[in-house]
Amino acid sequence: DTVPPQVVPGADSSSRQLCFAWGPAEVLVCETLFGRAGGAEGRAGAAARPLMDSVAGTEDGAPSSSRVFVVRRDQDIYIQALRKLFNESHGIFMGLQRSEEELAGKSRKAQLVQVSKNYRSVIRACMEDMHQAAVSTRDPALQGQYSTQVSILSAMELIWNLCEILFVEAATAGPLLLRLLDWVRLHVCDVDSMVREVLSSESPSKHKLFWNVVDVFVLQGRMDEARHLLSKEASANPTSMNMYRTLDDLMKKMPVPSLSNTQTLTELELKWQHWHEECQRYLQDGTFASNPHMESICKILLGDEDAILEKKELMTTWYHFLVTRLLYSHPTVKPMELRFYAQSSMDLFLGGESSPEPLDLILMAAFEFEMHQVIKECSIVLSNWWFVAHLTDLLDHCKLLQSHNLYFGSNMREFLLLEYASGLFSHHSLWQLGVDYFDHCPEYGRVYLELHIERIPLSTEQKALKVLRICEQRQMHEQVRSICKIMAMKALRNNRLGSALSWSIRAKDAAFATLISDRFLKDYCERGCFSDLDLIDNLGPSMLLSDRLTFLGKYREFHRLYGEQRFPEAARLLLTLMTAHIAPCSFWMTLLTDALPLLEQKEVIFSAEQTYELMRCLEDLTAGNPDKQKLQDDDIETTKVEMLRLALARNLARVIVKEGTVEGS
Amino acid sequence: AMEDVSAKFVSQKISRTRWRPLPAAALQPPDIFATGSWDNEDNRISIWSAGDLGNAGLNGEYHGEPHLLCDIQHNGDVMDMQFLDQERIVVASSTGTVTIFRHHQNNQTLSANHRWEKAHYHVDQDTSCGGAACTGVVCNNPEIVTVGEDGRINLFRADQKDAVRTIDNADSSTLHAVTFLRTTEILTVNSIGQLKIWDLRQQRNEPSQIFSLAGDRVPLHCVDRHPNQQHIVATGGQDGMLSIWDIRQGTMPVSLLNAHEAEMWEVHFHPSDPDHLFTCSEDGSLWHWDTSTNVSEKPSFLHQGGRSTTYLSHSTINQSVVSAWLSNDPTKDRMEITNLIPNQTLSVNSLDVLGPCLVYGTDAEAIYVNRQLFA
Repeated sequence: DTVPPQVVPGADSSSRQLCFAWGPAEVLVCETLFGRAGGAEGRAGAAARPLMDSVAGTEDGAPSSSRVFVVRRDQDIYIQALRKLFNESHGIFMGLQRSEEELAGKSRKAQLVQVSKNYRSVIRACMEDMHQAAVSTRDPALQGQYSTQVSILSAMELIWNLCEILFVEAATAGPLLLRLLDWVRLHVCDVDSMVREVLSSESPSKHKLFWNVVDVFVLQGRMDEARHLLSKEASANPTSMNMYRTLDDLMKKMPVPSLSNTQTLTELELKWQHWHEECQRYLQDGTFASNPHMESICKILLGDEDAILEKKELMTTWYHFLVTRLLYSHPTVKPMELRFYAQSSMDLFLGGESSPEPLDLILMAAFEFEMHQVIKECSIVLSNWWFVAHLTDLLDHCKLLQSHNLYFGSNMREFLLLEYASGLFSHHSLWQLGVDYFDHCPEYGRVYLELHIERIPLSTEQKALKVLRICEQRQMHEQVRSICKIMAMKALRNNRLGSALSWSIRAKDAAFATLISDRFLKDYCERGCFSDLDLIDNLGPSMLLSDRLTFLGKYREFHRLYGEQRFPEAARLLLTLMTAHIAPCSFWMTLLTDALPLLEQKEVIFSAEQTYELMRCLEDLTAGNPDKQKLQDDDIETTKVEMLRLALARNLARVIVKEGTVEGS
Repeated sequence: AMEDVSAKFVSQKISRTRWRPLPAAALQPPDIFATGSWDNEDNRISIWSAGDLGNAGLNGEYHGEPHLLCDIQHNGDVMDMQFLDQERIVVASSTGTVTIFRHHQNNQTLSANHRWEKAHYHVDQDTSCGGAACTGVVCNNPEIVTVGEDGRINLFRADQKDAVRTIDNADSSTLHAVTFLRTTEILTVNSIGQLKIWDLRQQRNEPSQIFSLAGDRVPLHCVDRHPNQQHIVATGGQDGMLSIWDIRQGTMPVSLLNAHEAEMWEVHFHPSDPDHLFTCSEDGSLWHWDTSTNVSEKPSFLHQGGRSTTYLSHSTINQSVVSAWLSNDPTKDRMEITNLIPNQTLSVNSLDVLGPCLVYGTDAEAIYVNRQLFA
């Protein structure tokens, strides 16, 4: 099996070699500088250096430069009016995933049929919108576009409806025919305008299309409507009243399958046989011989293929012909017999004049119960993954696809859902819908989500929060960290230290919190005051995230205590910052310098023991500094150390005196 | 009840929905509302008519559905939106620009009336100037206050070209929302769980009061003030929690009410019936908080919503003196909470209530109108 080739418009494949690279939902195609005549050597090279060539081309700016094309795999994703379809069906899809599998037999089936109907009503609603748009636009190009979409949507609904009857509901002999009749009535609408025209005319029976409309009703099994029309004609022709009465009686008596179980198939077949023989009698004794219209109707009632085929124009499609044929020849057709009638109906109807189109082949595959074939053909023909993804998921919930595994591990349902969701993720706005689809792909959904979510541009904090929420709910720690880091970096670049810090706190990113704390401390050292006090004063428990952050918070607390003149507490805290190694060594000199004014207070603040500890800190700093030479070279630093030593010595002297006095007394 | 809700899929993710204010002494329920979109390549401001309920007889649902009156392209995500008066809407953009749009009702068109380019901006390390998202806007005609990711507060007047007042670096973290407390005072909430009061008469560039959540500094996303009792303030947080604050006392919320499972994007007291409060969230739910009914006495109109209705213990000592929102005696009174959207999956980004009408918009690209909130 081969997939039909895709033509990239604008890409010149005749004179240039094309190369490509796969993306998550798109393919990059670019022209290389290798000519087609390049032979094997050229081809090998092209694979290795495609992008370089194209970049070189654009730098030249020459008109002949290579171009890069972005080829999207799901083009319908970008149709504005279909967004309604994507969004509304997302809700139905989620409902289906939530629905209870435990529901037994009939009620489960009813539930699944309802889901199927909901999907179809969304398609129909979209079709109506699109139709409305086509009617109201003045732009002929746009109009053409809308009309194309209407016909695509209508084909999708036609296929879906048939699948619903055959697979989801799995209608049995009897009801099956009724469902197929509904299906034909709903979808063969080419004759609707003719019916309307005749019915709304002043005297329908005089209308030139009168008999056509009667035929349409008969062909679609709409007996009551056909009889109603016929009665009008009858009252206009009292001479042939008997003939009308006979035909009317035949049409009235025609046995039809019922949806309820009140009659068995055998009963129906028996009744039908009787009725059939009665029709046969009237035809043979020439009751309708004087009226070719009525004679042909009688032939149709008898299931005469030639008579039915004569009305080809009124049926417009082979599947209408099929259903009419079944109605009048095999009303109790069993699902498995459908394939024979379908094939022969198509052959008879097309009569070798035209070959079947893709839609015909898809419907044929459905009649043959080749579900996989239906899905495969639809995947190839339709320009979206929406249809196959949702239909396959529904069929999977009907437990119809379980045996089918694909060679690369995941099953068909998952494969198609992944394709569809990837398409959504390539869209600027629809990516949020994709998340839920990935969630319901047990095999690869998670990996896909991880890869795709990282590519969502984080244009605002609000958007970042939404992406973050998605990741957090799914414990995607790696992505959570990455998003927070990106946002923290952005904030840092914008000099928004507070925002940066709250992002790293959210990701519990200790390293980054340390980095930001250092920026705060650096700012403090340079300016002599803290920026963003509102944040630092309110760190709360998040202070414990990183040692440096703890230090920042505590150091700020020291400043507050000092500012509030709570000197003993401030002194104790300052000392702890060093002795408990909360402060980084590089900051010790600043801390010791901060101790200076406390040492110079009138009141003695540091106890003897505390003063010894301060001294040890100072000695550790000067002695332990591997770069001793540098420290001593620095005049200011030397002065500072000397001043500190002096202040400490003085304080020690004062405290000894004081403590001695207190203890002595 | 759900059957009173009409929905419309609009092919754009909705970030804001706002009823047009009713003229004084109007008897009609509100009909016109505005929406703003986000995360689209082409974002729009749209004006809708909720649709005439009276006409619903003949063609039923078609007339009940909101229909578009006019729309206009908007540069950037619509972050917030507020009607200035009957005709003008102030819109905050993710580009940092603040725009006043005028709705011309005679010919149903929208036009940009005035624009403050990059009212919010970052000065990055290369000292080049980039727009910063404007996250919140509040109007008290003719005054307009905006806040943004840049931690800046701007005070504009609709008729003046330049800002009347700007507080640079008012907050070191992101300001998420703003509302008026009194004519000269505003309330802001930020991303480290703080609620701040700013007095715009004072020249000091600092808040006059700071309130904050205890424990983890959970970001606050929305704020609203009780329409009659100005000291009662409601905020919604990143964890979906509803906090009620009494700004006369303490620095912490009076009550914390467990609500949504994800970010609470908006909180609104009902403007004329403030016993009712509405919140919406990223988790796809929209909650109606009702302190007015004694549930044991009369069946609630929202009770039909069914399963999701829960009762939170809540109380008053004397309802006429102390608001039900502030009381914390669990035995005396109860609060009825109803989720108005069962089974929704994508975020409800915005809601607005006016009279008997509720309008909300979602990331599932749909707008919903409930015209019989108190039926």
